[in-house]
Amino acid sequence: MTTQIGRVRGLGSAHAGAHHWWHQKITAGTNVLLVVWLLASIARLPAYDYTTVRLWLHSMWAAVPMVLLIASVFYHFRLGLQVVIEDYAHKENRFVMMILLNVFTAAAAAIAIVSILKVAFGAAA
Amino acid sequence: MATRPDRPRSPHLFSGPLALHYRWSPAMAASIFHRVTGDGMATVGTALLVWWLAAIAAGPDAYAAFLNVFTHADGGLNPIGWVVGVALTWAVFQHMMSGIRHLVMDTGAAFELKTNRTLAALTFVASVLLTAAFWLYLGIK
Ligand code: HEM
Repeated sequence: MTTQIGRVRGLGSAHAGAHHWWHQKITAGTNVLLVVWLLASIARLPAYDYTTVRLWLHSMWAAVPMVLLIASVFYHFRLGLQVVIEDYAHKENRFVMMILLNVFTAAAAAIAIVSILKVAFGAAA
Repeated sequence: MATRPDRPRSPHLFSGPLALHYRWSPAMAASIFHRVTGDGMATVGTALLVWWLAAIAAGPDAYAAFLNVFTHADGGLNPIGWVVGVALTWAVFQHMMSGIRHLVMDTGAAFELKTNRTLAALTFVASVLLTAAFWLYLGIK
């Protein structure tokens, strides 16, 4: 049980609260960790030929943070591009752009994650 | 009401090609580049990252097709590889630095004019230095 004031406090007139803003900030933090990890990993690879890169992504030490990076970064830019669309597109355009954004994000995330898992669970070389 | 003259509407930015209604300031530049780099990474960066991952999963031929766009036969970067590589790493560092500035300002800090200006300008200094360091490391390792 919460009191009525407790239920609405911090939610404002939209009744949805600050989740969009808060998730953008949380993913900003996780993005820093995961993006720095990716840049450092790429920089430290001994070479960039197929065998080397595949062996690297085959390791759980690369596959797990890579899936996390896709989740964090894609959710972050999905939230971010929504704000951009709300700034510049109105009425029907905004509706269409939002659907396209969701389709783009879901499709790109699915291809990325299935690719990572295929390499991770596939043969070593 | 009498007819009113056409006025620029907020956030109407341009009064002509590249002529802004506003005077450039570090804070405005940091804000604009936060959006530009975020959008660039979300579109071009995402496409390249997904293509790279899918090519690794698809096999040696698909991976060679990816590499061929950005490298010479000897493995070194071609002009496309250099432009895309440096632009993308700079975008990552610039967005990361102005993003951290956002998080700092979310705590209510750094709104004093001088501090605000300095911090905004520092995001550009840091992103250029980090990009240079990243590519120097790749070059000498
Ligand atoms: C590396 C660490 C990152 C940090 C610290 C970060 C931080 C932030 C923050 C704080 C915002 C919200 C700005 C606001 O409230 O107005 C934001 C927006 C955004 N971010 Fe990131 N971000 C990071 C990585 C990324 C990546 C990798 C992408 C894309 C692949 C991305 C795409 C975007 C987009 C599209 C927006 C919306 C921009 C706008 O509203 O103008 N970010 N970022």
